[in-house]
Amino acid sequence: MPPSRSRIIVEIRNLKKVFEGTPPVAALNGINLSVLDGEILCIVGPSGCGKTTLLRIIAGLEKPTSGDILLDSKAVVGPGSDRAMVFQEYALFPWRTVLENVTFGLELKKLRRKEALMRAEGYIKLVGLSGFEDKYPHQLSGGMMQRAALARALACEPRILLMDEPFGALDAQTRNLMQKELLDIWEKTEKTIIFVTHNVEEAIYIGDRIVILTARPARVKTIIDVELTRPRDRLSPQFINLRREIFSLLERKV
Amino acid sequence: MAEGKMKRDTIYTLLSIPFFFLFWELFYYAVVGNPLLLAPPSKVLPVFAELMTGGNPRFFMPLDIVYSLFHYAYGFSLAFLTGFSLGVIIGWFRLADRISYPTVELIRPIPPIAWIPIAILLLKLTHTAAAFIIFIGAFFPVLLNTQHGVKSVEKRHVEAAMTLGAVKSLVLMRKVIIPASMPSVITGVRVGSGIAWMCVVAAELFGVAPYGLGYQIEMARLYHSPEIVIAYMLAIGILGLLLDRGYRLIENRLLAWRVGLVAT
Repeated sequence: MPPSRSRIIVEIRNLKKVFEGTPPVAALNGINLSVLDGEILCIVGPSGCGKTTLLRIIAGLEKPTSGDILLDSKAVVGPGSDRAMVFQEYALFPWRTVLENVTFGLELKKLRRKEALMRAEGYIKLVGLSGFEDKYPHQLSGGMMQRAALARALACEPRILLMDEPFGALDAQTRNLMQKELLDIWEKTEKTIIFVTHNVEEAIYIGDRIVILTARPARVKTIIDVELTRPRDRLSPQFINLRREIFSLLERKV
Repeated sequence: MAEGKMKRDTIYTLLSIPFFFLFWELFYYAVVGNPLLLAPPSKVLPVFAELMTGGNPRFFMPLDIVYSLFHYAYGFSLAFLTGFSLGVIIGWFRLADRISYPTVELIRPIPPIAWIPIAILLLKLTHTAAAFIIFIGAFFPVLLNTQHGVKSVEKRHVEAAMTLGAVKSLVLMRKVIIPASMPSVITGVRVGSGIAWMCVVAAELFGVAPYGLGYQIEMARLYHSPEIVIAYMLAIGILGLLLDRGYRLIENRLLAWRVGLVAT
């Protein structure tokens, strides 16, 4: 582990979220969590437990009822490109080509056009989409759309990358491939990633640590350090044991 | 086979207008037969050519076309600017929609022709009065289609833009809301433009200027010359078609991204 890995980049303190309505729905019930610089932190939990809500609050798309989120010791208010997000439903802009999608955030940063194009090209190459710059999203497969979405988020050079079940809609083979490539990209960019998934195998394959949430209203049940060396073998006994352990944690009610 | 079929389709398309003219010619001789009441295409087409080339001392069609296009552009550009801007506002801000909705729905069913007396009283016999009638006709389709377009912008696109740094609402408007609502806006422009062009005739009938396609239809009626009336009607039809073609070209350019996304 590089020395910087022990540095805390995001701190979540006693985060609570209640959705107004009749009856009000409590989604998060006091989440405390630290995210370390450069790690991949996976968040898993029973479906509907509020893991996406947690990520959306970190992204600034949702306001917490109480509690704080600190990024580099500064309180987070509202969305920003320092926390770029990759969504499950490919949220690419259909009226922009791959290249134009990737330059979106750069146009907002008022980067010079030439510089923006160069940076965009770099990230397009990194995700393996060279040659597809001028395609529109609907001309791409699901995996390619998620690559484009990843390049678009990375091009903003965010402090942390938020990923909300990004590979959930892909077929199993493509998903495995994307997980592997995400790890390659992570090694090259050294990004901190918060990765929400309901897929335990995925969490073990990519995560440095796995946060397990309880059923709604969610609290942090356990945090597991994944000590397996990469590349991880999904069929190794240690991998399978860890899977079994997490499954039983998820099934237990309290 | 597909190529042969396409050739056949092209032939049908090319035959459409000749067949229509033939039917009209036969109808004239079989049913009407009176040159004071109607004119057959065999008479209208030469008259049309004469009007276009200055062969008639009273009517010179190119000048009328310029006047009518001016009235159209005057009225329609105002309708587009206001309809589009207000459409974005009532599409985005629920309160603006709540406030304006009853008034919009009250005024919308009033036909543009019904506004003619008010237009003349307030604006006298001016180009602006004609433009006002055209404006009334085109404003609502642009307004409502823009509103619809803005209201159908997907939440995920707005949220994605926000996490990429588009946090100010003006930036969000320019970079996401407006491009995403373009398909509806263009529909509004095409429908509005069609209505605007139809309103040109009504707007010119009451004599805001001594020229204009609509004005000359009324003049030719007074001269008991149905062949001239119909020649002007044809000009209106042809120009309306060309205008729509023009907007279709713009549409194809602006909405190139939708090729392959939509069924047709």
